[in-house]
Amino acid sequence: MTNFKKTALASVLGTATLMSTFGAIADDHPVKLGLMLPYTGTYTALGEAITNGLELAIAQHGDRLGGRDVEYVKLDSEANPSKAPQNMSRLVRGDNVDFVIGPVHSGVAMGMLRVAQQTGAITIIPNAGLGAATNELCMPNVFRTSFSMWQDSYPMGKAAYEMGHRNIVTITWDYAGGKEDLAGFEEAFTEAGGEIVRQILVPFPNTEFQSYLAQIASDRPDAVYTFFAGGGGVSFVRDYAAAGLNESIPLLGSGFLTDGNLAAIGEAGEGVMTTLHYAETLDTPQNRAFVEAYQEAYGQLPDTYAVQGYDTGMMLVQALEAVEGDTADRERLIEALASVQLDSPRGPLSFSDSHHPIQNVYLREIRNGKHEVVGIAHESLEVPDAACRM
Amino acid sequence: MDLAFFGVQLLNGLQYGLLLFLIASGLTLIFGIMGIINLAHGAMYMIGAYLVYDLTFRLGNFWLAILVAVPIAIALGLIIERLFLDTLYKRDHLYQVLLTFGLILVLNEMQRIIWGGDVHSVPIPELFSGRIQLTDNLQYSHYRLFVMGVCLALAGVIYWVIRHTRLGIIIRAGAVNRDMVEGLGINVRTLFTLIFSVGVALTAFAGMIAAPLTSIAPGMGDSILITCFVVVVIGGIGSIKGAFWGAILIGMAETFGSVLIPSLASMVIYLIMAAVLLVKPRGLFA
Amino acid sequence: MLHRYPRRVVIIMLVLTAFVAIFPLWGPVVFGAQSDFMMEKLTLMLILALFAMSLDLLVGIVGLVSLGHALFFGLGAYTLALASPAFSPAAIWWMMPLVMLVAALAALVVGFLVIRTKGIFFIMTTLAFGQMLYYFVNTSRHTGGTDGVFIMFRPSVELGGTVLLDLDNPLTFFYVCLAMVVVGYLFLRWLTRSFYGQVLDGIHDNEHRMEALGYATSHYKLVAFVISGVMASLAGMLAAMQYGFANPAQLGWHTSGEVLMMLILGGMGTIFGPILGAFAYEILQHTFEHMTTHWPILMGITIILAVLVLPRGIAGLIIDPPNRESLAKSPLLKWLKRDATTPRNEAAKPVAPATGKEG
Repeated sequence: MTNFKKTALASVLGTATLMSTFGAIADDHPVKLGLMLPYTGTYTALGEAITNGLELAIAQHGDRLGGRDVEYVKLDSEANPSKAPQNMSRLVRGDNVDFVIGPVHSGVAMGMLRVAQQTGAITIIPNAGLGAATNELCMPNVFRTSFSMWQDSYPMGKAAYEMGHRNIVTITWDYAGGKEDLAGFEEAFTEAGGEIVRQILVPFPNTEFQSYLAQIASDRPDAVYTFFAGGGGVSFVRDYAAAGLNESIPLLGSGFLTDGNLAAIGEAGEGVMTTLHYAETLDTPQNRAFVEAYQEAYGQLPDTYAVQGYDTGMMLVQALEAVEGDTADRERLIEALASVQLDSPRGPLSFSDSHHPIQNVYLREIRNGKHEVVGIAHESLEVPDAACRM
Repeated sequence: MDLAFFGVQLLNGLQYGLLLFLIASGLTLIFGIMGIINLAHGAMYMIGAYLVYDLTFRLGNFWLAILVAVPIAIALGLIIERLFLDTLYKRDHLYQVLLTFGLILVLNEMQRIIWGGDVHSVPIPELFSGRIQLTDNLQYSHYRLFVMGVCLALAGVIYWVIRHTRLGIIIRAGAVNRDMVEGLGINVRTLFTLIFSVGVALTAFAGMIAAPLTSIAPGMGDSILITCFVVVVIGGIGSIKGAFWGAILIGMAETFGSVLIPSLASMVIYLIMAAVLLVKPRGLFA
Repeated sequence: MLHRYPRRVVIIMLVLTAFVAIFPLWGPVVFGAQSDFMMEKLTLMLILALFAMSLDLLVGIVGLVSLGHALFFGLGAYTLALASPAFSPAAIWWMMPLVMLVAALAALVVGFLVIRTKGIFFIMTTLAFGQMLYYFVNTSRHTGGTDGVFIMFRPSVELGGTVLLDLDNPLTFFYVCLAMVVVGYLFLRWLTRSFYGQVLDGIHDNEHRMEALGYATSHYKLVAFVISGVMASLAGMLAAMQYGFANPAQLGWHTSGEVLMMLILGGMGTIFGPILGAFAYEILQHTFEHMTTHWPILMGITIILAVLVLPRGIAGLIIDPPNRESLAKSPLLKWLKRDATTPRNEAAKPVAPATGKEG
């Protein structure tokens, strides 16, 4: 065990003993969930979907966790990384929450994890896909119910080769998340024998893609692989189609390219292939029930973010049931969280040694404005997380 | 780089530059004539886009939506000028920066309350849904050509108004020496209200006309704001001609910078701005 | 301007300083279990106060409105992050001078280029340089990119093997930050009242006159720019130390905008005003965030009202407490009755900083 891990563990145990002295009186208090999600700015929709999913899961279980009431403390993370440590600290040290759930943005995650490291606060990441969170930073008190960039893009590398593509141009924003996503794809694609003709990094958060599209047209690859999200994803897919490139060069992407934005993308998205750990059309009883319940509660179709929030809620439900609502014994609680197994709307879900989800990654194609599942690109994919063995 | 590729990028740079000009023209008008730094400029652009998104779906027609949205934008400019800016003209730029900084927060949050956090889009209007074939595998939307035409036409109109009308003489004089204009018995107050409303309307109109080409999302105005400032400063504050050439320069620099020197792409416009200001500290056309 | 304030300013500031300094005594009583967090928040406010104060030298004293001051704040944070050894603490004896040196060099280069511009152009060029570094840090391989970097150990303060100060102890760190603010304040007070400060005042009032009198005004301005940058970098270093984290967002123009906001809220040109402004701004934001997720609306309205009603900030209220006569002239009443006051006959000109003439 490295020195660093020892200190991390020591701090967790320290907090645990400290907390257990309060444990006896704390039991009839509500379980406090600190939500550190963006409620303003570019990522608002993601923050809201995650919150909806989480609240739905807990509401379905009588608004109680392990027999205790639930109290939500919502804090707008503004998706501003420089404020992340102080916001996290406010939840942990100021509001004394039992769990922190967040964030969406990887930069914010870094700031949060620094405080998670110092305080041992149990943190569940319902979105941010930075690989380091469950790898280099390796903390027993940190869980993830979402994905890492690598996990969603790696399966596409193989799938793209199997579709017959040999030369591919990759394009993303010049930021950590985008580069990690491309790395996963490029690893699998070159392993299979394909060649990356060009890697294009667009300054973040530029959405003016015309010059890059001309570049792609003149490179004439077999296909394009891309990662953009939110408004950037919508713009890219629409511009790609408007330039007529989709007629000669198929567009592949990470599922985040189109997820949650099908209506905005409209016809331009038809035929775009993506890989992701969820699709709203998954034909399983769990997913049908989830989609129906979500639609009834919020009047809209759920997206991946909503599922990630939902599974975070389900994880808490299951773990707190296992420990009978006792949040004082940290070690037992962490153990319970790590051994959670869910029949999630996205398929079977369990957690690796690094507290990263082991899950199916689906190959999806947009047909008639829906993500139709073409197949499972990789079944029960576990992220290597070589630097983290707990 | 072969000739066709170069030609296509030239077209892209021109189109982006022209759109930038339209977005920046309102800013430079307000900047130059009223001496107001409007940080909420990007928010106005965003509001234009959201208005046209909302109205297109309400009214079922993009053109009708623009027709309704422009007066709303003018009214918004009028209200902001009368309510907030009116007391600030005599004060330091700092206060304008801060007041409009506050306005950004309010307007962005209003957007969220009214339209929510989802990403939206406006379909390209039927009339211009066709495309021309640029190369064997690359097409170009008619709508982009139309936007270029509109931007050019508006540039011409603005230029004509400023060069050849009485209002234009007053505006030019006001930008040089405000006291003198007032001394001549011209009601500067009304002039300012007019200029601010027109400036806001121009910006919002840019947002409306750009809406089918972009995605409509929270915070979309923030990223365009700084680029607009760079355009205006390079051209020379208050100079419409400067804003025009500044916008074309930045449009070209971003387009060619992104394919020729990708490692510097994000910094290229700031490098240009710094360079211009070192040689001509008041901008190219001041 | 002599930068002399009525005696009550000194008294109020001393009382407030003492009040903050004895927080460990009253904090646990008032905040209970939250006391540790509140002290951490207070530490942050002190750091921001130092940052705001440094900007006041430029904006309030010299009259150069910078919208790129976060450049130096971030530079301090990143110098600490990148120069710190990975597995052991850095010694403060070389880390602090290094941070100051890097900031001074950067300020010298940037200052040399931007000092030539004036007014709006100064605002824009400082913004441009700030954004340049922002994008550089964002995209560079060596800086951790958009995700930012961790600083695993706070620098050590040791002399000959004995630990003088344990910065890892929150209480010690709190007092170190408090001391930095007090020292920074005294330094700026001394500076503004010195001969050099008088020249800066002169430049603020009328640069041409000072030039005509034979002062090389751009040299004076450049020195002020460097001093201001170095102070901001120290604030940035402390900020990065507090949570062990540096991120490009610290360099972005929003950070510059926020610190300007603190300045105006507190009252620029007074040195002590920005300290109050930093506290007020953070307390407001903390309160609003607790009230609603729509907090930006409340924050925005507060900012707008502050600009309209409190042009000289909190410091202005202390130096010149409102009386009947001044209330009649208050911007708010003017604003309400403004229709009667047309036409406007004054060109835009800089406001005088909120400095009193008495005492």
